Amino acid sequence: MSEKIAISVKDVSKAFRLPHERYTSLKQNAMHLFAKRSYSDFRAVETVSFDVKQGEFFGIVGRNGCGKSTLLKMLAGIYVPSKGSIHVHGSLSPFIELGVGFNPELTARENVFLNGAILGLHRKEIESRFDEIIGFAELEEFVDQKLKNFSSGMQVRLAFSIAIQAQSEILLVDEVLAVGDSSFQKKCFDVFRRLKKEGRTIVFVTHDMANVQEFCDRVLVMNNGKQLAITGPDQASDLYQRLNAENELKEMDQLDERNRWGTNEVAIGSVEFLDGKHQPSRVLKTGQPMTVRIQLEPTTAKLPLLVGLAFYQADGTHVAGPNSDGQAITTQSQTIEFTLDRLPFVEDTYYATVALFNKSGDITYDYIDKGFSFVVSGTKRSFGNMAVFGEWRSNK
Amino acid sequence: MPRFTPPKIEMSAKRNYWSMVRELAITDFKLKYQGSIFGYLWSLMKPLAIFGVLYLVFSVFVRIPGSNIRHYPVYLLLGIVLWNYFAESTNNAMRSIVDKGDLIRKVYFPRIVILLSNSISALITLVLNLLIIVVFMAIAQIFPSPLEVLGFLGLIVELYLLSLGISFFLGALYVKFRDFAYIWEVALQLLFYASAIIFPLSIVPHRYLQILTLSPVTQIIQDARKLIISPASITTFDAVHSPLHFVPYLIPIVLTVVGYLYFEKAASKFAEDV
Repeated sequence: MSEKIAISVKDVSKAFRLPHERYTSLKQNAMHLFAKRSYSDFRAVETVSFDVKQGEFFGIVGRNGCGKSTLLKMLAGIYVPSKGSIHVHGSLSPFIELGVGFNPELTARENVFLNGAILGLHRKEIESRFDEIIGFAELEEFVDQKLKNFSSGMQVRLAFSIAIQAQSEILLVDEVLAVGDSSFQKKCFDVFRRLKKEGRTIVFVTHDMANVQEFCDRVLVMNNGKQLAITGPDQASDLYQRLNAENELKEMDQLDERNRWGTNEVAIGSVEFLDGKHQPSRVLKTGQPMTVRIQLEPTTAKLPLLVGLAFYQADGTHVAGPNSDGQAITTQSQTIEFTLDRLPFVEDTYYATVALFNKSGDITYDYIDKGFSFVVSGTKRSFGNMAVFGEWRSNK
Repeated sequence: MPRFTPPKIEMSAKRNYWSMVRELAITDFKLKYQGSIFGYLWSLMKPLAIFGVLYLVFSVFVRIPGSNIRHYPVYLLLGIVLWNYFAESTNNAMRSIVDKGDLIRKVYFPRIVILLSNSISALITLVLNLLIIVVFMAIAQIFPSPLEVLGFLGLIVELYLLSLGISFFLGALYVKFRDFAYIWEVALQLLFYASAIIFPLSIVPHRYLQILTLSPVTQIIQDARKLIISPASITTFDAVHSPLHFVPYLIPIVLTVVGYLYFEKAASKFAEDV
């Protein structure tokens, strides 16, 4: 990777004007000439700045609708930014959508020439690489068949094969890897590895953090049109998971508190989850410490207490149910903490039930059923319903 | 409109998009007649059919004065063929940007590529139609000199520029205002009769003659007729005796330049508006 800049993006914003009524005829326009136009500006991308170095594999990640595709379209020149500037040094080819301009009424051969021309290739260039294109797509037997008789997988293979022939210095790739069967996907990845080795600059938009960690040198994380961070792939995938987690929790918090009952002689005040640094957080990590901190409402009663917890996965699987049997906890305790040194939960969204009983457990003082939620993110893919922390030994 | 700083996108490497113009034109032409048994023959049939009807009505039934001029059938057919090119290329160009909306929203390429490929595809049809004219001329024993043919080709260039200039405006305007489909349909009807395609200009009263011949469409058709078919055809220079007679020759150039500038300005927003 050199220090030369391939793409320089400076304070780029893009706003789309969304009229509340859209006038597509002169009469409508004339009639509303003096009326106040009502419209709202939708800011798809807001003041984003970054540089992509030559030979860099640059990732852009973010949730759906965060503006990453709009940004990519601006890099490709399809949209003109409302503000800011974009400088592209070198030839650029977009893989924003595969098979653009494919015509079902034409044969595979004709479509190769048409699509290649749309990508800016000369007829001669396509002619000389025609066999390679068809070979890579594994469509030798179907060259003169009309495209409408192709399966969608075949069409995608053909499109990808043409697209990689565009010998540009900079490639823009938008989630095209999520297509095709697994053996074709592997071929695509091999191509990307090769392109990376050849020193091409690649801007890559994706949802798949495994891809990010494998390929990207640096990653831009976007949220709601804004630039959240530009970091290495590991931090970026952390950040992305956190964003996703926060959003899932927002949805879960809409669950109401109807599932609460009890005699109310003593009541739960608040429940918090603490992460490895003992900071309140609702995104916890497998294998790291986790603490559940329960605050009680102050009460004058002095009774021995049994505290019960229950953890459920998003699909309702009851994964654990620890309780404080045998501990000297009373209603006079203000803060009760339950700590796990190494969280054995795998990546998922979890609900927690918190309950207070009398010593023998037959009177329920307060019971909040699945009233709290948190998200566990794993650093690596974990298998099964539980993470175990064993030790491997072998004699040599 | 909120004010914004002019955006700047610089691409240091320029691609050559001529092969895209060509491929789109070829595809367009190929698809037009796909699935029809006579294929390209239909593009020849249309002007011939129109010619047959008009000839029958105006020359046999109605017998408009002047239709007895020498070589009237070829005279009429040439007018129809040139007019057809003008009408079809502008009409198709108007819809072309919207029709290719899918492409525009997904790939960057100079948007002018669409208009150029459209105009070339119409030009292919024109060339095929001119072949019929050649056949008709051979039958009528008309053999123009090489210089006259060269002059005729110059007129084709003028016609091409005129159509392209108008296409720039129509293509861009139609993205925002679909009204232009109706406006242009009516305008074409009016222009058809104003361009003296079916009747000779000799029957037009003098004060209207000046106005009619100032239209570049009339000027091109009359000049073409005079050059290769009938020296009796009345041209702009015959009708207008002032420097004004240069106006129809200038209009295509002005339209092409201004139209190009307008189109390029509008083109940056096509991906959002289309």
